[in-house]
Amino acid sequence: MAGASTLYLRSSTPPRRATAESPVARAVLIGIALVFLGLFLFLPLVVVFQEAFSKGAAAFFQAFQDPFTRSAIWLTLLVAVIVVPLNTLFGLAAAWSLTRFRFRGRSFLVTLIDLPLWVSPVIGGLIYMLVFGARGWFGPWLRENDIRIIFAVPGIVLATVFVTFPFVARGLIPLMEAQGLKEEEAALTLGANGWQIFRRVTLPKIKWGLLYGVILCNARAMGEFGAVSVVSGHIRGKTTTMPLQIEILYNEYQFAAAFAVASLLALLAIVTLFLKTYAEWRADRQLREASL
Amino acid sequence: MKKHVLPGFGLTLGFSLVYLSLIVLIPFAALFLKTASGGWQHFWETVTSPRVVASYQVSFGISLLAALVNGVFGVIAAWVLVRYRFPGRRILDAIVDLPFALPTAVAGIALTALYAPNEWIGQYLKPMGIQIAYTRLGIFVALTFIGLPFVVRTVQPVIQDLVAEVEEAAACLGANRWHTFRRVIFPALLPSILTGVTLAYGRAVGEYGSVVFISGNLPFKTEITPLMIITKLEQYDYSGAAAIGFVMLAASFLILIVSNSLQSWNNKRHGIS
Repeated sequence: MAGASTLYLRSSTPPRRATAESPVARAVLIGIALVFLGLFLFLPLVVVFQEAFSKGAAAFFQAFQDPFTRSAIWLTLLVAVIVVPLNTLFGLAAAWSLTRFRFRGRSFLVTLIDLPLWVSPVIGGLIYMLVFGARGWFGPWLRENDIRIIFAVPGIVLATVFVTFPFVARGLIPLMEAQGLKEEEAALTLGANGWQIFRRVTLPKIKWGLLYGVILCNARAMGEFGAVSVVSGHIRGKTTTMPLQIEILYNEYQFAAAFAVASLLALLAIVTLFLKTYAEWRADRQLREASL
Repeated sequence: MKKHVLPGFGLTLGFSLVYLSLIVLIPFAALFLKTASGGWQHFWETVTSPRVVASYQVSFGISLLAALVNGVFGVIAAWVLVRYRFPGRRILDAIVDLPFALPTAVAGIALTALYAPNEWIGQYLKPMGIQIAYTRLGIFVALTFIGLPFVVRTVQPVIQDLVAEVEEAAACLGANRWHTFRRVIFPALLPSILTGVTLAYGRAVGEYGSVVFISGNLPFKTEITPLMIITKLEQYDYSGAAAIGFVMLAASFLILIVSNSLQSWNNKRHGIS
């Protein structure tokens, strides 16, 4: 105990002996946290890049010459380009109606928006199989009219929309709820129409929260595996997104190529974390400004 | 508050409702009707067949274990991130959300590469007779990874808001640090810890991408329930797939109810309404 107290007196931080752990306990706790987070978070990330370059830089870049890998990257981008704007539009509409108005069934809608976050992504694919699959509701009709949804791009888009639609709405609802609608009402009395109110008053207030949701939505849309895997059919060059291409390469023992594609998605994850932390910080500030 | 002052109510609510109906309500109606269309007997035979029951044990059992481990280490990590200052703390704090951002397939192959025999960590465990990849231990590792952020992120703000005076009072009354933690801090954290564990559990139960690579997918041993749904679909047994999906949905719904009531307990405890 005596040793501990002198240590504290010498340190530059103000002494708070009674409500601080002993240096030993502190070191042990930091050690445990570092080992736990290092083992489960840092190491997998390091492995991805290490394995991607395990056969040298040339092999890494060679992996992206594969036409199937290229088409998988294009498909992933295409899906994100369709899904993210759709879900952003939905998120804005849902947040506007749920935070600016009070109506019956409102809390049910809020719960419904959370649904994809607590069901298995595999169920997200399953439900569209049951509607559009060969033995689903519309399966026979779709076959007669030669429309492909399952094992084609529309099915992948649908499954991705399902898995990612909560993100923008969830980013906006608490923020807009806290900000209230005084400024919107003021704009209304000054003669602004709905679109003007949204663009000039609401959008500037919510832009960081919106960005936060869009970033998360995009990351999940590009990386979704379970739901897409069910409806994709894994047709190489046609219905394989990047995560599915990783699976195919991995199962064919092309480990370096699988990890090369994986490293792109890991890079996306790192950028996402960085942007998300920044947007979160800015959105928090906007929220604090609103509550002043 | 007046009801409809601002414009756009009909448009935005209408759009949201149409969107949710197309994306969620109609497909889920298909899930319920398909489950029913197979008949009671087919439903019961499917959801109680030995291979599917074995998958429940894997999915629900190992998820619980992983969530509990996250409950212990997640609290330590949250405590360290809030209370201590050390180099690299900010990076560590940001990286906690990695399991949210990293695509599950990437996590799956990375964890498999780490723990496969003769690989990174696997080679050191092999002489000790421990194999992680392609066993239930591997599933446990993947589910711990996937659930990690939930406990840390639910406990962190509660530690941040702990009132310092309470700990000082405990110290004044002669409690040592361990006593203060056990009698004062831990009871205050408990609702948030349980909430975080439940959220991690709910996520782990449905997890697919990060598990299928490391699990090896041996029938009766390392097959998870979401994989059984996919197996049924591949056999064109849609009502069977819907039946297992229905069971998973019911389980997830139960977990959601538990987590919501824990959350409101947590909010009440900390004066957030």
